[in-house]
Amino acid sequence: MTKRVVITGIGWVTPMGYDIESVWQGLLAGKSAIGPTTHFDASTFPTKFCGQVADEYTHNDFVTHKDLHEGVGANTSFALGAATQAWKSAGLDQFADLDPTRLGIYLGSGEGSLDFENYAASALAGWDEEARGIDAAKWAAKAQSCMSALCEIEQEPNMPLTHLAMEFNAQGPAYNCLTACAASTQAIGEATEILRRGQADVMISGGAHTMIHPLGVTGFNRLTALSTRNDEPQTASRPFSADRDGFVMGEGSGMLILETLEHAQKRGATILAEITGYGSSADAFRVTDMHPEGAGAYEAMKQALDQAGVTTADIDYISAHGTSTKENDSTETMAIASLFAEHAPTTPISSIKSMLGHLIAAAGSVEAIVCVLALRDQTIPPTINYGKKDPECHLDYVPNESRKLPVDICLSNSFGFGGQNDTLVIRKFQ
Amino acid sequence: MSRRVVITGLGPVSALGIGIDETWQALLEGKSAVSRVDRFDPSGFPSQIAGQVPDFKVVKFVPKSDRKATKVMARDIELAVVGADSAARDAGLVTRSTDPDGYKSDDFKPTYASRRMGCHIGAGLIAADLEELTQAFVQAVKEDGSFDIHKWGADGMNNLTPLWLLKYLPNMLACHVTILHATQGPSNTITCAEASSELSIGESLRVIQRNAADACLSGGADSKLNPLGFLRQIMTGRTNTTDNDSPTTAVRPFATDAAGTAAAEGGAIVILEALETYQARGGEGAYAEIVGFGASQTVNREKGHIKADPTGSGVTNAVRAALAEAQITADQVDLILPFGTGSPDADASEVAGLKAIFGDRLSEIPLVNTKAYAGNAGAGGGAIDVCVAAKAVKEQTIPARINCDSPLEGVNARTSPATKADLNYVLTYSTSFGGQNAALILKKCD
Repeated sequence: MTKRVVITGIGWVTPMGYDIESVWQGLLAGKSAIGPTTHFDASTFPTKFCGQVADEYTHNDFVTHKDLHEGVGANTSFALGAATQAWKSAGLDQFADLDPTRLGIYLGSGEGSLDFENYAASALAGWDEEARGIDAAKWAAKAQSCMSALCEIEQEPNMPLTHLAMEFNAQGPAYNCLTACAASTQAIGEATEILRRGQADVMISGGAHTMIHPLGVTGFNRLTALSTRNDEPQTASRPFSADRDGFVMGEGSGMLILETLEHAQKRGATILAEITGYGSSADAFRVTDMHPEGAGAYEAMKQALDQAGVTTADIDYISAHGTSTKENDSTETMAIASLFAEHAPTTPISSIKSMLGHLIAAAGSVEAIVCVLALRDQTIPPTINYGKKDPECHLDYVPNESRKLPVDICLSNSFGFGGQNDTLVIRKFQ
Repeated sequence: MSRRVVITGLGPVSALGIGIDETWQALLEGKSAVSRVDRFDPSGFPSQIAGQVPDFKVVKFVPKSDRKATKVMARDIELAVVGADSAARDAGLVTRSTDPDGYKSDDFKPTYASRRMGCHIGAGLIAADLEELTQAFVQAVKEDGSFDIHKWGADGMNNLTPLWLLKYLPNMLACHVTILHATQGPSNTITCAEASSELSIGESLRVIQRNAADACLSGGADSKLNPLGFLRQIMTGRTNTTDNDSPTTAVRPFATDAAGTAAAEGGAIVILEALETYQARGGEGAYAEIVGFGASQTVNREKGHIKADPTGSGVTNAVRAALAEAQITADQVDLILPFGTGSPDADASEVAGLKAIFGDRLSEIPLVNTKAYAGNAGAGGGAIDVCVAAKAVKEQTIPARINCDSPLEGVNARTSPATKADLNYVLTYSTSFGGQNAALILKKCD
């Protein structure tokens, strides 16, 4: 008999702020957190804007063990801030009886940001013009003189996990997965499975990521995946609109405290929601494109509904992957339309990426928190910047204004480059 | 009642060779394949030795129709693709990739339906190809030769292929493997450094147990054989910098004269199948059954996360969880494939962690270490150990132990030739730089 799994704590660090309530109110008000890129000089890049976490943000305002986190990268910093909020909101800072080996972590955090300046300097120092190649010895001499060991080590994708473990003394099962834009949804799904089997009492789960650095933006610009609407950044992210021209990068972290129901009840925790379904699939189609009929997305949603024991008629809200790229939004729509059939037109769908941008690996965790808050306040956030109707996107995207309605069961989608699809079913606890 | 899971195919790729036969032969002969770095000139690096996979052409491991895809494969991806091909063939699986001609026909019958096959592959931090990037960087420099980000943003970046980013996303190992073998079930990419591939195999185990798939391609691959990845390994302080002239004896795990590890490239994919579906397809002769898995995190606030934890408590916790699931006692373990990098502090930590479980009996259980043979292949290393553990169980043979003339006290790791033995339960575990730990217990098939 598997255990029921509930959410008892939430926290986030986003381009709109880093406390739950103010960001949630901003999302309900349909605000945009997008502005000029200032983390590096992007003035000549094809895309010069994104959603950045405020420069004033520091994890030191949140953590207890500051000395353990000196020299961390941005992902770890975001993860620490979000997880500390979640930890406190779950009341775990006031709970002394947690067995450290029963406290696990499952994150979907990204690779760290390359130390670009020193990387480029070393690369150029190592270049042998005559041989048109790298002279490794020359490269090594320069690299060893300018690169910092700590900075390099902190770029490893397991580092946010490692730092959270030290901060909260979590010695149970510990994972980081990195399935591109699906990562943190997948992390929450797998954390749920670990709790269902009873292999931990409490899991910290979510993601943290930034790709707002020269090579990250370069990579997505070369793929022509980013919006280049430089003259109007705040309306550039237009999920499901006919005139969408790509996604807008965001950064940050979402963290949740997941717990077995029995553990949560025993310690008298406030239960925010229950996770009842998780689905995961691979497109196995093409490196560059989604499956044209959204077969993988369909399969992930179907699995999640089946596990939750609900039907499409029961779903009150879909938190879409909705990136604002041509391909994703029409393919996601196709998959929803096909699976939800006659219920598709009447199921509200929205994408908060229209407001925060796309937090890449961290996106799914922030969207899972949005589902929790939608259940709490019986209100769903809008898809802003929705204008011109796309015949291929013909469903109800909650355009531009939040909507009050009874919300009992939500479905949250995340799809990653490389054909990775993950879906969660999150419902009101009863 | 969860389903039983067996290992039915092995695809190791390391300095010892490609496929289980070459690998096993080297382990019987006790031949280390650690060598001087030949991928680039290592003379400017303090450590100059590595585990390097013998030359191969990745196009030989993919169907003709997929040759174009090999152009967007970083080395790490190639290693996973080769490992997957090797494992699927070893298991006798009919997939899109092992039977490309059959796949095109209308009556193609793969061993498993696509949706019933999962894929879990551990990956490292893939370093961008330095030469490829620098060729583009040199198009964006100021008059003094330094990098000019304005030129880069305006035009320099266009010297990179449009698909450049897709070579370096860690989930591209699984992406290519799922496409090649047409697996559409649950898939994941675990990125917990050296623990990644055993955590991935553990996740495949859970996916099959809970009936979300019948079979999985599972494991990991990683390459540190590029200047940046190699330097990062050196920066961890765990590589050998004193034995550059004698690479085959440089990595000496659990020896009193251990002096660091060798960075490497490599990995392995293994095939896991539900015992019931394996038997239903007429399978017999699986390598081993996976009867226990445990995962844990090391936390030592005093030492932080860069230094090894002297108590080894993370290893203890992961191994304990695996033993508990296997419902066996420490006395029943016949062989251990430890992590053992040959870095003195890390080795000592493991020994402390093992002693907390096995006590004095640790001195009786043989420890076979593959890092002495092939170096530390990061996220791929654990899966190589799982291959060796599975083959050892199947052959009822303990591979040769090497490079340990003077073992640490209480550890049975002394250099000795391969030998036959009764092996019912074998333990293997990995522990990452960062503190994630994973342990697996393999059992001889009934």
